[in-house]
Amino acid sequence: MKIRDIVTLLDAKVFCCEDRLDTEVHAGCGCDMMSDVLAYVKDQAVLLTGLVNPQSIRTAEMMDIVCIVLVRGKEPTPAMIELATERHLPLLGTQKRMFSACGILYSAGLLQEGDQS
Amino acid sequence: MDSLELTYQVPGDDFSRAGEASSAVKRTLKTLGFPPDLIRRIAIAMYEAEINMVIHADGGVVTARISPELVEVSFADVGPGIPDIDLAMQEGYSTASEQVRDLGFGAGMGLPNMKKYADDMTITTTVGVGTTVLLQFQIA
Ligand SMILES: Nc1ncnc2c1ncn2[C@@H]1O[C@H](COP(=O)(O)OP(=O)(O)OP(=O)(O)O)[C@@H](O)[C@H]1O
Ligand SMILES: [Mg+2]
Repeated sequence: MKIRDIVTLLDAKVFCCEDRLDTEVHAGCGCDMMSDVLAYVKDQAVLLTGLVNPQSIRTAEMMDIVCIVLVRGKEPTPAMIELATERHLPLLGTQKRMFSACGILYSAGLLQEGDQS
Repeated sequence: MDSLELTYQVPGDDFSRAGEASSAVKRTLKTLGFPPDLIRRIAIAMYEAEINMVIHADGGVVTARISPELVEVSFADVGPGIPDIDLAMQEGYSTASEQVRDLGFGAGMGLPNMKKYADDMTITTTVGVGTTVLLQFQIA
């Protein structure tokens, strides 16, 4: 699916990088502990997280993650939006909670870490 | 390409800046045309080490040496040191505070991740003196 589809499925707000919504996403990962995210490399992945600080953007940058979704209606800080913009990383926000957001994307065909051959 | 040495001071009092050194090295390696998978391994391992310096040791100095055969990065701090390296290496072992956990770290996965992504990792540490972590990556 494309990032654009994630925006629709999660009824998400786009905080930056609107011009990158056609990027393909093949895998997903939902986590609040960054070292758990960093343990498994996935290609073209989206990170769903409740962590609101610039380290979620840094983690995504190191992993070559293509999109970040903040769950539970959390608002990013200006520093996060600035960093995400600089790194060309679309930052989204949804009111949905982690379990629902992951479930919706999984049901729509997004694989979990390591599932993609 | 000749070999290149880059040095960064990592401040211990500004968590929001942790990762800047790893990010700078990552971008440099990209510019130099290293393979993307290798760059990602280096970036992740570096980032874990850089975060550790900030959350456990009040910052330090990162030195990256880049040559066509080898990328070598050292992380030197004058923090509390690691009393038991074998214990620290175990997945899930962490002395991080509740405050650090709220920031998304302290899963006890950093050192195991670093070992997994680097070709070689050497930790030199003395309690009360400091810790130096050396990560090495062979270029195919
Ligand atoms: N530079 C350091 N100085 C002092 N102690 C350290 C240092 N690096 C790691 N440690 C010790 O080793 C433990 C394990 O480190 P590790 O990186 O695996 O986990 P963590 O940093 O606690 O959590 P995570 O990396 O998952 O966010 C730490 O909790 C800390 O006690
Ligand atoms: Mg760590």
